[in-house]
Amino acid sequence: MKVAASIFVLTGASLMVIAGVGLLRLPDVFSRMHAQTKAATLGLACILTGTALSLPGPAVAKVVLALVFQLITAPVAAHMIGRAAYRAGVTMWEGTLYDELGSHGRAAEEAPGPRE
Amino acid sequence: MIAVDVGLVALGVSFLAGVTRAAIGPSTADRAVAADLCLFSVVGALALLAVRLDAVAFLDTVLVATIVGFIATVSLAYLIERRIK
Repeated sequence: MKVAASIFVLTGASLMVIAGVGLLRLPDVFSRMHAQTKAATLGLACILTGTALSLPGPAVAKVVLALVFQLITAPVAAHMIGRAAYRAGVTMWEGTLYDELGSHGRAAEEAPGPRE
Repeated sequence: MIAVDVGLVALGVSFLAGVTRAAIGPSTADRAVAADLCLFSVVGALALLAVRLDAVAFLDTVLVATIVGFIATVSLAYLIERRIK
């Protein structure tokens, strides 16, 4: 196994652990989503890159395809969950400074905002 | 190969964190985010197992799990949004 592949795999694994720690320790849904989405997307991308570097021949194409699809779809999915959670009225952390969806803009008429 | 083993252990830790958050998470959105992290861990573990066991057939599972995971997350988002109305 090449050195570059090992470095990619270890970086991705540490990012996944960081995502797990953030998911456990952060105070509300949106900050947990911030930790999970960014760290886990980049972590999985690094792991798949390391896998593609250490595999021979035509198997690399599947890994690269999965990697590209993951990079496209993971932010979209997280955005949908975040929007659904906001519209469902999830309680925000009490230290939240800005609620850009609630105060003004088009979403103010559509979404009732956090309830509690 | 040591890097692959360390990566598998780290992915297991990440999976356990996701399961814990899915168990204690106060809202449905927490559980959806935790399930997403669990899915990412499983996909990464499958890719690493393909290297570790030298089994290229696992890569098909990686591809399918990525696509199915996106659809599952989107449907969970619709579920969260519709439950309130």
